[in-house]
Amino acid sequence: MGLPNNYWQLSDVNRDYRVCDSYPTELYVPKSATAHIIVGSSKFRSRRRFPALSYYYKDNHASICRSSQPLSGFSARCLEDEQMLQAIRKANPGSDFIYVVDTRPKLNAMANRAAGKGYENEDNYSNIKFQFIGIENIHVMRSSLQKMLEVCELKSPSMSDFLWGLENSGWLRHIKAIMDAGIFIAKAVSEEGASVLVHCSDGWDRTAQVCSVASLLLDPHYRTLKGFMVLIEKDWISFGHKFNHRYGNLDGDPKEISPVIDQFIECVWQLMEQFPCAFEFNERFLIHIQHHIYSCQFGNFLCNSQKERQELKIQERTYSLWAHLWKNRADYMNPLFRADHSQTRGTLRLPTTPCNFMYKFWNGMYNRFEKGLQPRQSVTDYLMAVKEETQQLEEELEALEERLEKIQKVQLNHTKVKSKQSEPSKHSGFSTSDNSTANTPQDYSGNMKSFPSRSPSQGDEDSALILTQDNLKSSDPDLSANSDQESGVEDLSCRSPSGGECAPSEDSAKDRDSDEAVFLTA
Amino acid sequence: MEFSELIRTGGAQAKLLRGPEVPPLHGTLCVTGHHLLLSPGPQATSDLWLLLLRSVDSIEKRVSGDSGTITLRCKDLRVLQLDIEGVEATRDIARSIEALSSLESVITSFPFFYRPKGLRLGDAWHFHPPERYYKRVARETNAWRLSEVNEDFSLCPSYPRAVIVPRAVDDDALACCARFRQGGRFPVPSYHHAPSGTVLLRSSQPLTGPQKRRCAEDEELLWAVLAGARPGARGFILDTRSAQAAKQAHSHLCRGRPLQESFVRLVEACGYLAQSTDCWRSRLEACHWLGHVKEALSTACLAAQAVEREGACVLVHGAEGTDSTLLVTSLAQLILDPSSRTVAGFQELVEREWIQAGHPFQLRCAHSAFSHARPKHEAPTFLLFLDCVWQLGHQFPLSLEFGEGLLLALFEHAYASPFGTFLCSSEKERCLCEVRTRTHSLWSGLNQPKEQRKLRNPLYVPSPLAIWPSVEPQSLRLWLVSALDPPEPSEVARDKVWQIVTDKEKTEGCEPTVSASEPQL
Repeated sequence: MGLPNNYWQLSDVNRDYRVCDSYPTELYVPKSATAHIIVGSSKFRSRRRFPALSYYYKDNHASICRSSQPLSGFSARCLEDEQMLQAIRKANPGSDFIYVVDTRPKLNAMANRAAGKGYENEDNYSNIKFQFIGIENIHVMRSSLQKMLEVCELKSPSMSDFLWGLENSGWLRHIKAIMDAGIFIAKAVSEEGASVLVHCSDGWDRTAQVCSVASLLLDPHYRTLKGFMVLIEKDWISFGHKFNHRYGNLDGDPKEISPVIDQFIECVWQLMEQFPCAFEFNERFLIHIQHHIYSCQFGNFLCNSQKERQELKIQERTYSLWAHLWKNRADYMNPLFRADHSQTRGTLRLPTTPCNFMYKFWNGMYNRFEKGLQPRQSVTDYLMAVKEETQQLEEELEALEERLEKIQKVQLNHTKVKSKQSEPSKHSGFSTSDNSTANTPQDYSGNMKSFPSRSPSQGDEDSALILTQDNLKSSDPDLSANSDQESGVEDLSCRSPSGGECAPSEDSAKDRDSDEAVFLTA
Repeated sequence: MEFSELIRTGGAQAKLLRGPEVPPLHGTLCVTGHHLLLSPGPQATSDLWLLLLRSVDSIEKRVSGDSGTITLRCKDLRVLQLDIEGVEATRDIARSIEALSSLESVITSFPFFYRPKGLRLGDAWHFHPPERYYKRVARETNAWRLSEVNEDFSLCPSYPRAVIVPRAVDDDALACCARFRQGGRFPVPSYHHAPSGTVLLRSSQPLTGPQKRRCAEDEELLWAVLAGARPGARGFILDTRSAQAAKQAHSHLCRGRPLQESFVRLVEACGYLAQSTDCWRSRLEACHWLGHVKEALSTACLAAQAVEREGACVLVHGAEGTDSTLLVTSLAQLILDPSSRTVAGFQELVEREWIQAGHPFQLRCAHSAFSHARPKHEAPTFLLFLDCVWQLGHQFPLSLEFGEGLLLALFEHAYASPFGTFLCSSEKERCLCEVRTRTHSLWSGLNQPKEQRKLRNPLYVPSPLAIWPSVEPQSLRLWLVSALDPPEPSEVARDKVWQIVTDKEKTEGCEPTVSASEPQL
């Protein structure tokens, strides 16, 4: 992100979680914010979650910061907190104000005032623009999901039952609210060049959703496989999203459970539907991440904060999901990804009219175990297979060209009855290129090994497709390796060119077979 | 008919707006007999803009000060806005468009004047005659014959001249059957399912009347069908109406008026989307369109299932047998018959099961969703068919050789077209108007090489299997709104898909070449 720089520094004020136990130990804060200001501000914020940097937009120095609600009650104020916000504003010389976005409905925020919490008073803070964005609380979201899942579970509902149920659950309305907040912030940062401070109540649910949606819209890096993992690490894991409580990892208060990160993941899917070429990863990637947030198979999503994770030595005692996903990344690639296209570079521009951005029911997620309801053929898998096949053909072609060249040279040598001296050097040249082609088939089988892991989540037909692919691909490298070796032998023994001519037709026959295998199972 | 009497304008300066994303077009606006033209100034880089007047569904004019605005809502659901200089000019242009777009005469319509370069009259009209389909059926079974009993359209005005009938039934018996069926539409085969040796038939309702009249020849015909099929095959009769008496299954396919109203409400609801997405799903529910899609697909699946799984012969009919009947039989074929899922096969299906089967396009597609005229015979049955086909393609993205582009093209051309394919309501009318000799066929227009990429599905992989769609609400998606105004990113994605596929084809076509100078071997 180009940090630290003249405006932002890494602060160790939270070393050993001294200031805030749900924050990470290292945080970026404005350079002008002294430890005194930070600590002062933290005392004025719910659970001491003071404003800290979430995303820095290096094109124009605008930033997204996050915090919890101020303990303003009806009239309280805090000088250090006011200074803190001013420091954030000053860290962005391009703008003379900052937005303060409260992601709660106004009514909820006002109710909090009675408990000595609340929201910033515009009169007390210089140059802030205050904005409510009404995202409902975790209890509303929990019951909304419950209602939607009931609709999904209806036994052959009529179209009316389904549409009414979906509307009444309010789920897609909530998704839209989260997305709208993210869009608002992304626009403030990229178009107005203004920094934004985001908070809700404690700043670990809605704030995490909104900051990560905005980051995703602003920065193409987060739309890659690796970047997306970083994004979840950043806005969710390190900033103390309470995974144990929200996803019921341990026996706990059922009222703490809520599909907060599920909603974020769905926002990403809605964006993927809108921008099919903007994301390096595919739908399966999202579904697998969601699955493992609940599975507790990996350590990433255990505990409620970094502090707890450190105490339990999670990092040493568990495996990381990211390594697992990365190892099988071939499964998660979006074949349509175009990093270079003007539409997918930089900030994603959403259409202005709502009719061009329809929030859809995510059938692939909420009915993922109902195979009969899913599309019967996977475009992603098909295109990935085509791409791989193309690559393989290209490599074969290259190998054949080299071989042909070699044969011709040998012929030339033969006809001219040259001395043998030049041959060893040529041969060594060939063997290195041989190695390079031998490397790629290994890659294929590596990719292929991961395919079976895909099949359980896919229909039977798909797994059949994958299996044949698997068989053919795993046999292919052998074949090509053999033929390469043979060609080496041929070269040495200087056989007639008929052998050379024979090989391409064999290869092409093999290709045709592989096509048919795909066709038959598709 | 003199068009010049109806053209009341010499032209005016105007600005054309085609949507928020498209830059406006400035130029001189003119009205001709069949078109609205906007020609940009001599310096302009863009081409002439042309709109077929027949495609205008409703027109609305507003004048203020010394200029006016005309909003044209087209039958293909496009909305265009014209800002015109001069109040009189605006009124004249509006009146001209109004008069010319509502002309009902077939033989003065544009297809009779359209003479595109590179196409010859008469081409492609003979792509799909009944004779050719009969040849295909005859290769599979000899239980059928081609009868010319309807040569002069006397038996059934909405059937083609040549009809396929059971070999065991003679022409006299057919005449009796025709008298027993509404509009003379006696049972004819729609699709012969070779693997099971059974057949899908269609007809109109029997004229049983309150006395429960019977017709021996009609019963014989159905017996003959069963006898010619797989031994022991049972027969099903699928009545697409609600509780009308029939032997086996009923379905509640919606017809005519309610379907048109549903279509109008859907387009209204989508128009409202431009302002807000609030309550979108309850509004979508209220227009019932997706419910119709679900019903149509379910009924087609039922028919296809009876044929394929039960090995039964199925007769489908509604009342007239020209609307929902065709919807069911044509969808069932797409589900069962791999050859109908190719570009050529699908065109053949539309030609045989809709155009030649006597779907009254002239009446059903006279107006679309914007028209203020009271609907008389309008119904978007064909559009519903296209929507169902899209749902099949959505659930089986590799199984259709054609893409959304072909479906959209058919939608557009069914409602207003420079080609003659969708003119008139039956073969008889088409003969009278000499459509086949005096207009161009849409198929020759569509099958030109330059159109291919738009119409084809790059992911197509032929498969001999039946495609059984899910008809659950979760699996059905709203198609038309998103398809008519596709967001730019989806175009980018389509390009990418083509690129991936053509990359492979290119590589496959490659032969090793060696740059080094070739020795003489």
